[in-house]
Amino acid sequence: MSRKVLIVDDEPNIVLSLEFLMEEAGYDVRSVTDGQQALDAVREDVPDLILLDIMLPKLDGYEICREIRANPRCKNVRVIMLTAKGREVDQEKGLAFGADEYITKPFSTREVVEKVKQILGD
Amino acid sequence: MLEDWVVLTVSFCYLGILFGIAYYGDKRADAGRSIISNPYIYTLSIAVYCTAWTFYGSVGRAAVSGVGFLPIYLGPTLIAALWGVLLRKIIRITKVHRITTIADFIASRYGKSSVVAGLVTIIAVLGIMPYISLQLKAVSTSFNVLHTYPDLSVSHIWWQDTALYVAMMMAAFSILFGTRHIDVTEHHEGMVAAVAFESVVKLLAFSLVGVFVTYGLFNGPGDLFHSAAKLPELGKLMEMEAMGGGYASWFSLTFLSMMAIMFLPRQFQVLVLENVNDDHVQKATWLFPLYLLAINLFVLPIAFAGLLRFSQGSVDPDTFVLTLPLASNRPLIALFVFLGGLSAATGMVIVATIALSTMVCNDLVMPVLLRIRALQPKSFSRLLLGIRRVSIVAILLLGYLYYRLIGESYALVTIGLVSFAAAAQFAPPILLGIYWKGASKKGAITGLLAGFLVWAYTLVLPSFAKSGWLSMSLITEGPFGIGLLAPYGLFGLTMYDPVTHSVFWSMLANMGCLVAISLFDRQSTMERLQATLFVDVYTQGIDIEDQRLWRGTSTVAELKNLVARLVGRSRAERAFSDYARRRDIRLEGDVRADSKLVEFAERELSGAIGAASARVMVSSVVKGEALSMDGVMKILDETTQVIEYSRRLEQKSRELEAATRELKEANERLQELDLMKDEFVSIVSHELRTPLTAIRALTEILYDNPNLDRGKRQNFLSNVVLETERLTRLINQILDLDKIESGRVVLEMARVDLKEVLEAGLVATSQLISEKSIHVKKVVPPTPVVLMADRDRLLEVVINLVSNAAKFCTKGTGRIELRLVSEDGTARVEVSDNGPGISPEEQERIFEKFHQIRTGQEFKPMGSGLGLTICRSIIEHHGGRIWVESELGRGATFIFALPTQEEEIFRIPPP
Repeated sequence: MSRKVLIVDDEPNIVLSLEFLMEEAGYDVRSVTDGQQALDAVREDVPDLILLDIMLPKLDGYEICREIRANPRCKNVRVIMLTAKGREVDQEKGLAFGADEYITKPFSTREVVEKVKQILGD
Repeated sequence: MLEDWVVLTVSFCYLGILFGIAYYGDKRADAGRSIISNPYIYTLSIAVYCTAWTFYGSVGRAAVSGVGFLPIYLGPTLIAALWGVLLRKIIRITKVHRITTIADFIASRYGKSSVVAGLVTIIAVLGIMPYISLQLKAVSTSFNVLHTYPDLSVSHIWWQDTALYVAMMMAAFSILFGTRHIDVTEHHEGMVAAVAFESVVKLLAFSLVGVFVTYGLFNGPGDLFHSAAKLPELGKLMEMEAMGGGYASWFSLTFLSMMAIMFLPRQFQVLVLENVNDDHVQKATWLFPLYLLAINLFVLPIAFAGLLRFSQGSVDPDTFVLTLPLASNRPLIALFVFLGGLSAATGMVIVATIALSTMVCNDLVMPVLLRIRALQPKSFSRLLLGIRRVSIVAILLLGYLYYRLIGESYALVTIGLVSFAAAAQFAPPILLGIYWKGASKKGAITGLLAGFLVWAYTLVLPSFAKSGWLSMSLITEGPFGIGLLAPYGLFGLTMYDPVTHSVFWSMLANMGCLVAISLFDRQSTMERLQATLFVDVYTQGIDIEDQRLWRGTSTVAELKNLVARLVGRSRAERAFSDYARRRDIRLEGDVRADSKLVEFAERELSGAIGAASARVMVSSVVKGEALSMDGVMKILDETTQVIEYSRRLEQKSRELEAATRELKEANERLQELDLMKDEFVSIVSHELRTPLTAIRALTEILYDNPNLDRGKRQNFLSNVVLETERLTRLINQILDLDKIESGRVVLEMARVDLKEVLEAGLVATSQLISEKSIHVKKVVPPTPVVLMADRDRLLEVVINLVSNAAKFCTKGTGRIELRLVSEDGTARVEVSDNGPGISPEEQERIFEKFHQIRTGQEFKPMGSGLGLTICRSIIEHHGGRIWVESELGRGATFIFALPTQEEEIFRIPPP
């Protein structure tokens, strides 16, 4: 059974490319465009990995990360923050909120795919 | 009734006790353990104000004019309320300048003038002489009453006259306790102690006779006043009308006694010169009026009792205090009363003679001696004490003579008031002198002289006439028959009693001359200096020695010799070595004395002989220019400078505070701006990275997957193009906004028709509108709406607003309405849509940079989030305003208003 990846981003073209990449890599992909939808999606079906943007409507990426980390059902969920916020403090903040990896936009598609595979142990 | 020897023995015993107290007081002072350094002794010593005149005369006056005796005590009570300010200042000046007498005080104030000092002394001696004689008369009269009652015949053989012996005893006391030290500024502690004791005795004696009369002869005050009220002539005494002269007289007596309590030489002596600690003033301010109240409590009862007891005119009311107990066969009470009267008299005479003798010596005799060079003896100090002692004897003898020659013809009270009026002449130069720097020496001299002459003419001359020395026609018809010059009715002013009349004219002359001449006079440097030191005594501080007033040269030895000649060798040595130790310097004999030492020597001398004489003496050894202009100017300027400096300092600190505040605010603004800029850069980079991310990811996918099917490939490529457009727009808008915000943008102002701009805006957005099939309605006035503006910029705003409206309209049902209204010099453009609307919280924020609304939309809108920010900047640069009106679910209306400024437009010729 293939691993499940949840994409959370409000930029349609970024979602478009990430969906393509993850599907190509053989994952089961879902995508949502705001924080509330993200939490709903997690509750509905816990993914193995979340590609998470920070600047989101309703609930930002940090909040989502914290909610997920507070949920015992999600203790095995891995989180990769994908964000255009490039300052070091943003990166530190992301890791402090429980992200496993922090990738700055714009990213290299190969790097993203490799990171996902590495984290999921494939 | 009482044997002579009993009265004499008791009197001498009493005087012996006084000597004992004074001796003890001086011994304690020498040992450094003062017995007078407390406010109670100070207050009691001030009570030297209550003389034999109070003791016997108050009853006498009450018997004639009812409450008419009261103003004499009301005045001091009133002015005591001002002591905290007035008296303290005088005391401070006295201490700083080592003032020795009231004459010295006035002379010091007016440029250390020996003329002023001499004039004040003469006025004081002539004015107080009757007062002293009054005391002698009181003692002698009271002795005779005791001796001869009820016969009351008076012996006139001079060697049997008790007044003479009393005078001699007082002279002895004054010499013993008043001239022990050459330095007058040292307190006469023994004398003060004795005077305070006497104040207790006279109060006790008067209260005793009062109690005896009220409760012994009558059944309490109720009974006494009741009996008095039954007799019509006594009942009248209880009313105001009993007082001759009415309110004017009441006022003038109150005024006189206000001045007398401060400026009679003996009052100045105890109040100011003998004051040990100016903190004592505070308690005396209420304690002394209390003493006055106590000693006046029984005046009316005794007066009424006397009038009830003795048939009209059979007994002199002045002697009621004695005759009432004697008539009731209580000789012991009478004897005690006699002692009280004796106390009152001796207290006054002793203090007055000490004060007067110091003035006579320092301000009359010394200046003359100093001017006769041939007479310069090796040592002045013995001579000085000698002069003072001779003066004491002379003053008392003069007083005695006055009493023998004139005193018999006058009532006690009138003599006292004559002296009060003389002392009041000192009030203008002192009071104006310590508060008004402009009061000048010439003014003071003229004022004193004028006041004194008027006083002599209106009060003393008539008394000579009444004594039979001059023709009574002088009083009744005026000199040479000129009625206008009559001493009791100058210039036709006849409605007042003689004392009020004299006070009015003498004060008018005194004050008038002082003020008028001072205003037109130019003060010498010395006068200005002293005036400043007096008026600003609190700000000038105590350290006069530091002010380097002397410039001339002299040696230390010369100065020391000079001081030694006056105060004695050992004292001078001690003073100079004290000075050297205090300043930590060595004083070699042949070394040139510096100005501080000269100043010190002058002050040492003034303590002995007064400021005016000290000045003459010092200038005799100091060669060269006596007064250093630099030093004087320094002091004169100091006050104004200090005020100026502190004013400037205050201003500087205010400016500094303001500058600090501004800096702080600027700093806060900078930090805020910095934070905003940081935030802005972060947001901008975020906004730029977002399309870049999409472009890179999509192109990398295309690159890595050459076999992608055609549909997907086209989709990806068109999205890359869209994102590139977005990126370009974003960069352009950021640059644009930066240009507008930094003010670098130049608006190309020209006549613009808003109607035409709206039309162009609709054309530019027609594709977007038709894509979403939006219905557009336009409402504009028929005539052009012209204003001065940058057409392209306005068009930018219109396009922005219309495309925003289109963006939020639902496809198919969207409606946009454009309205243009021009009224009251303002053109208003409204762009309404029927989109989702904007919540009130969002309404202001949507104009902020990068703020985007994403209500009900899945993805972020494609705009940069800068459009409305740019619109606002453009409109504000045109002097207009932009805002939004909306409710959630009811669409939104963006409105901007611009001034049309008709007149300005018409001035510019059409293109």
